[in-house]
Amino acid sequence: MMRSPSSLRVLSVEDLSVRFASSERVVDAVRHLSFHVDGGETVALVGESGSGKSVSALAILRLVDHGGGCIVSGSVNFRRGNGEMFDLACASQKTMRNIRGAEIAMIFQEPMTSLNPVFSVGEQIAESIRLHQGLDRAAARAEALRMLDLVRIPDARRILGVHPHQLSGGMRQRVMIAMALSCKPALLIADEPTTALDVTIQAQIVELIRALQDEMHMAVIFITHDMGLVAEVADRVVVMYRGEKVEEAEAGPIFRAPQHLYTRALLSAVPQLGSMQGKYQPAKFPLVLMDAPAPVDAAEHPNTARLDAPPILRVRDLTTRFDVMGGLFGCVTHRVHAVEGVSFDLYAGETLALVGESGCGKSTTGRSLLRLVDFQAGSVELDGRKIETLSARELRPLRRDIQFIFQDPFASLDPRLTVGFSIAEPLYVHGVAGGREARDRVASLLGQVGLPADVAARYPHEFSGGQRQRICIARALSLNPKIIIADEAVSALDVSIQAQIINLLLDFQQQLGLAFLFISHDMAVVERVSHRVAVMYLGQIVELGPRRAIFENPQHPYTRKLMAAVPVADPTRRRGRRELLADEIPSPIRAVGDEPRRAPLREIAAGHFVAEPALHG
Amino acid sequence: MNPPPAICTSPAAPTDSIRTPWAEFWRKFRRQPVALVAGAFVGLLVLMAIFAPALVPFHAEDYFDYDALNNPPSWQHWFGVDPLGRDIFSRILVGARISLAAGFISVAVGAIVGTLLGLIAGYYEGWAGQLIMRFSDVLFAFPGILLAIGIVAILGNGMVNVVVAVAIFSIPTFARLVRGNVLSLKHLTYIEAQHSIGAPDWTIILRHILPGTMATVVVYFTMRIGTSIITAASLSFLGMGAQPPTPEWGAMLNEARADMVTSPHVAIFPSLAIFLTVLAFNVLGDGLRDSLDPKIDQK
Repeated sequence: MMRSPSSLRVLSVEDLSVRFASSERVVDAVRHLSFHVDGGETVALVGESGSGKSVSALAILRLVDHGGGCIVSGSVNFRRGNGEMFDLACASQKTMRNIRGAEIAMIFQEPMTSLNPVFSVGEQIAESIRLHQGLDRAAARAEALRMLDLVRIPDARRILGVHPHQLSGGMRQRVMIAMALSCKPALLIADEPTTALDVTIQAQIVELIRALQDEMHMAVIFITHDMGLVAEVADRVVVMYRGEKVEEAEAGPIFRAPQHLYTRALLSAVPQLGSMQGKYQPAKFPLVLMDAPAPVDAAEHPNTARLDAPPILRVRDLTTRFDVMGGLFGCVTHRVHAVEGVSFDLYAGETLALVGESGCGKSTTGRSLLRLVDFQAGSVELDGRKIETLSARELRPLRRDIQFIFQDPFASLDPRLTVGFSIAEPLYVHGVAGGREARDRVASLLGQVGLPADVAARYPHEFSGGQRQRICIARALSLNPKIIIADEAVSALDVSIQAQIINLLLDFQQQLGLAFLFISHDMAVVERVSHRVAVMYLGQIVELGPRRAIFENPQHPYTRKLMAAVPVADPTRRRGRRELLADEIPSPIRAVGDEPRRAPLREIAAGHFVAEPALHG
Repeated sequence: MNPPPAICTSPAAPTDSIRTPWAEFWRKFRRQPVALVAGAFVGLLVLMAIFAPALVPFHAEDYFDYDALNNPPSWQHWFGVDPLGRDIFSRILVGARISLAAGFISVAVGAIVGTLLGLIAGYYEGWAGQLIMRFSDVLFAFPGILLAIGIVAILGNGMVNVVVAVAIFSIPTFARLVRGNVLSLKHLTYIEAQHSIGAPDWTIILRHILPGTMATVVVYFTMRIGTSIITAASLSFLGMGAQPPTPEWGAMLNEARADMVTSPHVAIFPSLAIFLTVLAFNVLGDGLRDSLDPKIDQK
């Protein structure tokens, strides 16, 4: 990104340490952190959860004081409007209130909770303008309208009077940005501003922040865990690990020649779109572990998919709709068309990925297969047995063959039971094993997922997210299933943990010949793990085919758009300015009787199907 | 703050000792001095009630000191003497047996039936759930004491019928409480995970949902005992529960009415017994809630 060489230093953090002290323990969240930001520059603070990156940002704004933390040493020098450097670390809270919002603005991860639901969008922006700039009501409102135009919100005049819940996540984040920038701050701190958003919306927001930064000549601190985003936006990168800065460099060198072992480990775990070009089979991440000498072998896997045998799961015209009650008498007025006529086959030993953005019906498809939600039409055949005609009792034995791994490893284990019991429970439920036999099985499963056997007596809250996901995998494997449905199974995890879990899943596929239905929104992860890919949009599959065909020769415009939106963790491949788009994902909620048109799939190459409209433009 | 994450290292097990849910509970509970005192008071009260026959200095019903009618507290009679010459301290100790038993049994029956109904109503939301909740709404529509009076009027006077009445009017509160809990619990991922492994409904309800509701039930149970002791005492005060000469606290208050102005201690000590007991149960319930609710974690 362009930066004039004469840029003034905007922020200079020296030797900053932040401590949280409670009666039970003292946590040094940030230790001796130093970095600086110049005008018009973007500095990325990168690290995984618990690395202290968000705490550092909160410390700059002195918001840690409210969270029970305190700055124990160091200075935070910030150039105020009058051109003088001012140490925020010893400013009074009154001074801070004048600085926050006016000279340093912050946008947060959760656009859902950062706006007040009871005031209209216009009022909230205008309030911030009135407070900091002393404008009167009419002038503030006019300024609010100008800000909404600035962040490219279509039909801004109407949006002014709208309440936050009527807006999509992406639009709310735009409003947050408009609010943050309304006082023309010298420094913008963006704390994971796009993490909660879909990838196409993320691309829009990132592009918007970049454009506004150029227009307003702002300094930006971009906090993220996503190395792809870092490569897209950052001029300089500060890598944090357990509260300390381990490396700082320009964006290019960080990605080209990372110095610190942790940076290398982190980068080795980042999935990169395009890294699998020319390969037919999934491959493990070439992980560099900090405590292991040799990197993980990342050779292509031998072919485990048995595409010649009949499929073990056949899904035909699966349709799942949810009723929306409304009106005076609580009748069904609308329906959520979550899944509309989805058909696919799953073969033994293969990974079929279902990709799409939130609300496209990929998770509902997975749940429908197990009848965790009831579907209205279509058929699901597991090993030749149709599951839609079975009673709940007849369905039970079939559930042994098909197991689920959920997205949130914190929520998918019963907090009141030991993990050993959770893993053994499928055995008890199906009467497969009990007593000593079950305990032995649990021990061996724990060993298989890389945990010591004695953790069986512990409770879920004692484990980290990655360890819990390993436990969930052990539970899913306990009945020797043929199919595992992994519903965003790695998307809640830090990248390095995500890479380890994916490697683990690939190992199991190789050893046990499992078939995976891998539901994900992350194209880069999907590229690494899958044999075949189905792209879903608004409840329908728009493109289905072998991974190489989908990634190297995408046909449907939506597939292409999805692919183009994925940030690539390589600054040299940074794309030029893209068009600033503001389109949204349409809603799958439709009035009763207004059925969506089903686009039939057409085979354009062996096994590569594309929905019709794409072919006719 | 988050614990340090296991970044880029091989997965290792946590090293400190096993933190069971019980240990977690005790860790939080012992930081609340007021609740600890209330708990100790309740414990002492229960012990005294159990061993009352051995502890009382005088017989509660058959001892009459005709020389000391309405005497104020003294070394011989700690809480004084009532108009019939009986020792009030002994009567209150024995009365604790009746009040605590009435409170505990009625709430236990109400909690068990209510929890069961709540589980069914919450898990199966269909017609069964509707029926149970409408029935609860009907019971809720009556003021509690009026309902109890009505039930005793139908069943006849006596302590057993008072317990039944109080139990019946505890049922809907527990049903509603548990149903609300079940409704939020059953959409959690770990319950869905149970469906996905093919666990039958009753396994899910009893093994996973019921323990999840136990924390709120225990808290409400404790607080409800206080309310039930008051209700039972009120019914006895009105002459519908324990009959003289039974040393029930409410009945004792009723007997004390005539002499309240001339010798107030006759009314004060039974009132104090009711007041302190109910207060202790409520404070204990508050403390339990603060230590059982994972959302409340004080620094």
